[in-house]
Amino acid sequence: MNALILLIYNAVLNGAPLMYGTMGEVLTEKSGNLNLGVEGMMYMGGAIGLGAAFYYEKMAGAAASGPVAVVLAILFAFAAGAFGALIYSWITISLRANQNVTGLALSIFGTGVGQFIGEYMRVQEGGFVAISNGLKTFFQNSPFPASVRGIPVLGQLLFSYNIFVYIAIIIALLMARFLNKSRAGLHLRAVGESPATADAAGIDISKYKYLATVIGGGISAIGGMVYIMTIAGCVWNHDGLAGEGWLAVALVIFCLWKPVGAVFGAVLFGALMIMYVRVQIPMVPDQLYKILPYIVTVLVLIAVSLRRKRENEPPASLGLSYFREDR
Amino acid sequence: MGSAHAIEFRNISKYFGRKVANENISFSMDGGMILSLLGENGSGKTTLMNMLAGIYYPDEGEILINGSPVQIRSPKDAFSYNIGMVHQHFKLVDLFTAAENIALGEHGKLDRAAISARIREISGRYGFIIDPDKKVYEMSVSEKQTVEIVKVLYRGADVLILDEPTAVLTPQEIGHLFTVLRAMKADGKSIIIITHKLNEVMEISDEVAVLNHGRFIGKVRTCDTNPQKLTEMMVGHKVALEIRRPLPVDPRPRIVIDDLTVRNHEGVNKAHHISFTAYSGEILGIAGIAGSGQKELLEAIAGLQVITSGSIKYLPEGKKPMELVGKSPMQIRDAGISLAFVPEDRLGMGLVGSMGMSGNMLLRTWKRGKGLFVDEKISRDLAEKIRNELDVSTPDVMYPVRRLSGGNVQKVLVGREIASAPSVLLSAYAVRGLDINTSYTIYNLMTEQKEKGVAVLYVGEDLDVLLELCDRIVVLCDGHVSGIVDARTTDKNEIGLLMTSIGGQPKNGETTSAEGGKEKADA
Repeated sequence: MNALILLIYNAVLNGAPLMYGTMGEVLTEKSGNLNLGVEGMMYMGGAIGLGAAFYYEKMAGAAASGPVAVVLAILFAFAAGAFGALIYSWITISLRANQNVTGLALSIFGTGVGQFIGEYMRVQEGGFVAISNGLKTFFQNSPFPASVRGIPVLGQLLFSYNIFVYIAIIIALLMARFLNKSRAGLHLRAVGESPATADAAGIDISKYKYLATVIGGGISAIGGMVYIMTIAGCVWNHDGLAGEGWLAVALVIFCLWKPVGAVFGAVLFGALMIMYVRVQIPMVPDQLYKILPYIVTVLVLIAVSLRRKRENEPPASLGLSYFREDR
Repeated sequence: MGSAHAIEFRNISKYFGRKVANENISFSMDGGMILSLLGENGSGKTTLMNMLAGIYYPDEGEILINGSPVQIRSPKDAFSYNIGMVHQHFKLVDLFTAAENIALGEHGKLDRAAISARIREISGRYGFIIDPDKKVYEMSVSEKQTVEIVKVLYRGADVLILDEPTAVLTPQEIGHLFTVLRAMKADGKSIIIITHKLNEVMEISDEVAVLNHGRFIGKVRTCDTNPQKLTEMMVGHKVALEIRRPLPVDPRPRIVIDDLTVRNHEGVNKAHHISFTAYSGEILGIAGIAGSGQKELLEAIAGLQVITSGSIKYLPEGKKPMELVGKSPMQIRDAGISLAFVPEDRLGMGLVGSMGMSGNMLLRTWKRGKGLFVDEKISRDLAEKIRNELDVSTPDVMYPVRRLSGGNVQKVLVGREIASAPSVLLSAYAVRGLDINTSYTIYNLMTEQKEKGVAVLYVGEDLDVLLELCDRIVVLCDGHVSGIVDARTTDKNEIGLLMTSIGGQPKNGETTSAEGGKEKADA
């Protein structure tokens, strides 16, 4: 029982960065833009988010407030990802370049920028960039009081996570509501399904694509910051994000372009990623565990394509540029 | 409307790269009328209307609405002038419901109940049949069209533009559409119909404007003209509106189909126990409501479908009979069976849009060259030959076929299939969306093939043409052979009945589960 709760707890913790990465990409792909630059945007979000918290603490000194540091980290990470996505949007939406190539370029660019900034900070600060332990608790501990966390089973299962898990769930619920219930969400889905139709209906295609991609990129990048500040322990290390962004791209398919599904999918992937620590089987090497998320993605793809339900398919114009006068 | 015209075009020109789509077009129409915009394929009708609907922007000239010049830079602008267009290729989001599609682009809170109520109000007023909560991908073609028209009306359009609205409808559905259009006209709406079907022009419109090669030829009142005069305006010279139909000479069985059942890619049987024989030197028509198994049947013969049971015997002249079931498409093609299928989007099957005519010929001729490399000269020569013989309008044979007008694309496709000198020619929707002149060119091509002793299978949509062109007609109903009739003695009514019920006998509880069945019953 305890082992199971511990597995779930760790799965959620490890899944949290993926929740952001995936939800951001869901929003992006709903507009018909396939942004493969998630890894790059998460890298930038990770390095810049950490930098924001670190330099804030350095400037404010002992007076540094935890909540302010968290908010700053979120805002700077978001801005970093949004900036990456803005470059991508300009190239693919305004200049109508190939989305795959642009996305891959953004991945490489963002990884480079993230590594550069992270390493630069590390060297500048004498080989070690980390925030103080006092501040760390605001990033890594549960926002709920001890009395709530102390409830047997439920306390650990529901109320013991860091603040970012709860923010992710709130974003997921809001995004689901936005996509399915609001006028703007309907328009965004129309843009991703059939831009010519949306255009004929008087919807500003470029506006929707830009906004969805930039906001989506920002949300994805928060995931990078969450990874650095929670899993990586608020420290910049050479490994960076170790492919989280690519997992997020796979998760988008896995969760069938549904934000709430992204949360559950991220938890499942989180579990698969830490299985090698929690559920060890003798003679089975770690590497086999680590390919599990990809195997599951392939299996889900097969299952979904066998069911052939229209609602589960990717946005119909995903990956295509739109030009009104094209024939 | 006062003295000003509802809509006026002044010296409108539009170019696509090297191609002239519209040149110096000026005419006007008054409100509360039905105007037909008539012209050959590629004559610029759709381009002109797209400029009114805000899809394209004119390179030169101006558009006046109620007497004042306007700038229509986007579909949104067009809505603000109460202009709405129903495009030939429907602009609908398949995944959305009818209501969601109709309300797309509006602002304010999304109140589904209010939207549905307004849709019901509009459909009640003009006599549409529509279910606001049905998803578009579950709809038949005519239902989709209804959604498109209601969408435009919902937006408060006073001017409706319909691009080839009847191309995909059955005779009964067309009748219903016309009733609705008349109701809208009575309500004071102005309607522009882009078409090339003369009988419909005569039936529905008050005025006809004619375009030819991107130029405006003239506007006449429908009651002052007749089909022959209109054709001459449209084509620029006299055209005989008759299809030659010589009697089949020495017909011999060429394809014998016995108890054939075909399953489509989704695992659903689309053709059930089909048996018939196609003879050499005859055109065998295949009629049926869209989606009754015509496509699957032809593809089965060409080797592209999974055949559940039954046999297809091919009896080539002077050679041994051959069983086609189990043969690969390449083997069947080499045996002399050609498939010219024109899908709804024209480019979906058979042609590669971004390649030129020459490149598309290469898809068939690549094996003919000697040595290791592809001989491009063979394909280029063939492309030039087809271009000259069928009068394909293209700047050059390397020009991407995607940029050609629909009629020219079809000429390329049919021309290529005929060029391989087949002994069986399978053609589906060869004249889909084509104008009279090109259609007759294609009909005559079919007849020429027939005279050469080819067995021609012709899947068509226009019953009038099937009756004039074919020798015999196989009527399909929901994947079954509903009847085989002599085209010289039958009539439209008999075929229409066979199309909707097996054997032409309406049965109790028997539903015409094929697409469009519901509309027919209501029409």
